[in-house]
Amino acid sequence: MLDYETLKLVWWLLVGVLLVGFAIMDGHDMGVGTLLPFVGRNDLERRAVINTVAPHWDGNQVWFITAGGAIFAAWPLIYATAFSGFYWAMMAALWALFFRPVGFDYRSKIQNPTWRSTWDWGLFIGGAVPPIIFGVAFGNLLQGVPFQFNDTLQSTYSGSFWQLLNPFALLAGVVSLGMITFQGANYLMMRTEGDIQRRARTASLIFGALTLVSFAAAGWWVAHGIDGYVITSTVDPNALPDPLDKTVAREAGAWMHNYAHYPWAKWVPITAFIALAAGMILARVGRPGLAFIASSVACAGIIGTAGVSMFPFLMPSSLDPRSSLTVWDSVSSQLTLGVMLGATVIFMPLIIFYTSWAYKVMWGKVTTEYIRANDKSVY
Amino acid sequence: MLTDELVDLSRLQFAVTALYHFLFVPLTLGLAFILVIMELTYVITDRPIYKDMTRFWGKLFGINFALGVTTGITMEFQFGTNWAYYSHYVGDIFGAPLAIEGLMAFFLESTFIGLFFFGWDKLNKWQHFMVTVLMAVGSNLSALWILIANGWMQNPVGAEFSYTTMRMEMTDFWKIVFNPDAQAKFVHTVSAGYVTASLFVLGISSYYLLKGRDLDFARRSFRIAAGFGFASALSVIVLGDESGYTVGEAQQTKMAAIEAMWHTEPAPAAFTLFALPNDTAQRNDYEIRIPYMLGLIGTRSLSQTLPGIAEIKEKNRERIERGIVAVGALERLRRDKNDWEARSLFDTHKADLGFGLLLKKYTANVAQATPEMIQQAVDSTIPRVAPLFWSFRIMVGLGFLFLVLFSLALFYSIKGNFIEKKWLLRWALWFIPMPWIAAELGWFVAEYGRQPWTIYGVLPTHLSVSNLSAANIYASLAGFIGFYTLLLVIEMYLMVKYARLGPSSLGSGKYHHEHAAGALPAGALSAKH
Repeated sequence: MLDYETLKLVWWLLVGVLLVGFAIMDGHDMGVGTLLPFVGRNDLERRAVINTVAPHWDGNQVWFITAGGAIFAAWPLIYATAFSGFYWAMMAALWALFFRPVGFDYRSKIQNPTWRSTWDWGLFIGGAVPPIIFGVAFGNLLQGVPFQFNDTLQSTYSGSFWQLLNPFALLAGVVSLGMITFQGANYLMMRTEGDIQRRARTASLIFGALTLVSFAAAGWWVAHGIDGYVITSTVDPNALPDPLDKTVAREAGAWMHNYAHYPWAKWVPITAFIALAAGMILARVGRPGLAFIASSVACAGIIGTAGVSMFPFLMPSSLDPRSSLTVWDSVSSQLTLGVMLGATVIFMPLIIFYTSWAYKVMWGKVTTEYIRANDKSVY
Repeated sequence: MLTDELVDLSRLQFAVTALYHFLFVPLTLGLAFILVIMELTYVITDRPIYKDMTRFWGKLFGINFALGVTTGITMEFQFGTNWAYYSHYVGDIFGAPLAIEGLMAFFLESTFIGLFFFGWDKLNKWQHFMVTVLMAVGSNLSALWILIANGWMQNPVGAEFSYTTMRMEMTDFWKIVFNPDAQAKFVHTVSAGYVTASLFVLGISSYYLLKGRDLDFARRSFRIAAGFGFASALSVIVLGDESGYTVGEAQQTKMAAIEAMWHTEPAPAAFTLFALPNDTAQRNDYEIRIPYMLGLIGTRSLSQTLPGIAEIKEKNRERIERGIVAVGALERLRRDKNDWEARSLFDTHKADLGFGLLLKKYTANVAQATPEMIQQAVDSTIPRVAPLFWSFRIMVGLGFLFLVLFSLALFYSIKGNFIEKKWLLRWALWFIPMPWIAAELGWFVAEYGRQPWTIYGVLPTHLSVSNLSAANIYASLAGFIGFYTLLLVIEMYLMVKYARLGPSSLGSGKYHHEHAAGALPAGALSAKH
């Protein structure tokens, strides 16, 4: 079996992979949901938009659920502390997500314009709200979160929901919404034609630019306006995890340290910028397939930037810095990490294989004529 | 800090969201396999009516599935939001099956359900059939991993407490997977799902038969449901949860409570058919008993005794007293990991640590617990008897009625004259909600019967909650109830609408309402009148 330190690092990477997978896969259908009321001007057009993701949204949503399950299994303290601390943010995300399964499945089962347009806005909420909340959550993690542990590792969170909505966190929310909607717009361009495709291209340019600008602004802010955290005691990466067994200090510009120590790390944000710019150019010149690949790379670059900046921190505590959770001390036991790695190595390739097959089977342009011809069997 | 109000509200929210989620799960588990049977018949016989059956029952499957997905998301995240200390304390074990469920089962089910609905024209019939099979396998594997997680809550094998990390840690993954409690639960739960789905198809088919429409379609659906339902009803009883009851201590406590067995009896114990359990006086005010029955059901032997409530309590008192020592030693170890005396004291008492933690409900300082507090803790180790006693009996009673109904349905299916048996058709129709009642009661028996623990003998429920204010939970609970009620109304409306419409909803032009609505040429319609 791998040594504990390696497993801890592997799981940091794997949770990152799952979050990026979520952003690429569930992200594109959330983006489609966000754009739905704007790129589809009548019922037929909207049905065409919805049916580009109809066979896939459910499988894609499992990236979200699996990421949640993997955080539970690999980082139980993060799962416990973050989800209970961000209680109302989590509730808002959950309730927004409620609109998706029912919105997709029930919308076209009844021929009533009010019914259908209500669900369209439901799908909009289900597409736009969760990315904003996840971005806001990341924005708060970067600033540190007011929680602390007692002797028995029971956590107390002393912030409120409204404190989560501070200016930097909201900017992070904009980055996240922009990134996901950009992804959705590029996907939509691939699977539609005519008017819908033209509107999706406009959306791609708007949200690509929004992401680029807000990501740059957030980067500047992290470098100059936000205190990072550093571990001031010695770290034994192979030790049994105990978050209280360390000392931590707040330090201006600490989130830039990793880029100074590891020059290759700079390529993560640089990749994000290049991919965002490339995605916009490719969308502009009408190469949606390549634009989608570029925006997928941008998702990886943006999420990776947050991870690399904070490493080894996952959830710093602004209230009691030594309670901060890191890659070394929020993890499961070596056995559990090993078992979970085994399961991931076996199943992840299979998942990628059959998901690709499902897309291949359903590939092609979804047109309003197709909707008309299959009125009873499509969404 | 962790007030009783907070704990009760957190439990209530979990119960509401879990019971609600479980309204949709059983139908998904069972209907998926009924779709497999129907489609297999289609690919073998090549008769289009079986394709129509797969598609129509698939439509109802989809309406139900959407809410299963919606409410399932809540379950995946609620452990973290509302049960933070639980998540930390046992996440090392409990998280793994949930994550593996996602990787192994949920991806499979959710990816192929898309192709099931939208792939009819894009796949050949064998390919589509494989898609349906994988969807059904995925949904049932999903139940397997959830019940492995749940089985561990009842019988926590393959794990050990670590005072450094202050949590339970996995020591043997395969012990957790092959936990006999988990396996028994899995078989019982999926069988219950098959019964639910069979009765759903049987009842709605009966409705068409009673209305005299789409007879060929309804007859074939009825037969499949009767056969599948009979096998499932048999399995849900024979492979009942009770087969696992002698394995773990948790289940012995639960069984004593379910059976209102206040004292240990000589083997084989009698089965209490009817009683008026009195929790305050700790006895039954009135009872009707069948000799030997319980011993046979519970232990599958004539010589093994089953412990009664009073005896279990006495044993628990000793464990609580040893647990007090364990808690004290742990507190010393948390202050100083090199306190060797505390460490050896802890090692000899740690098996009872959970019982010591029960006292945390009454005092922050367990070492100072008064005899009254210890007595309270001892009494709390047995869940209230009356609700369990009755829930269990209603569930089992319904189980036998399902078996009778399906036996008759199968008998007349083989004879071929079930269409004339109006009473049978009416019974099937009005019995549609019953499997849901049985399933919800089953959940209640399993989970309420485990109280006062979230993990039996390891972690008390009142310590498991997130440290939030009660006002937060009132608000989120109200939100869940509001959302879920609205969604349920919408779902039921669509379900009833499409069930009434029947196969006409496929738009193939072959079925009842399409003739009536003038889908046929005007001449054909007027000729009918």
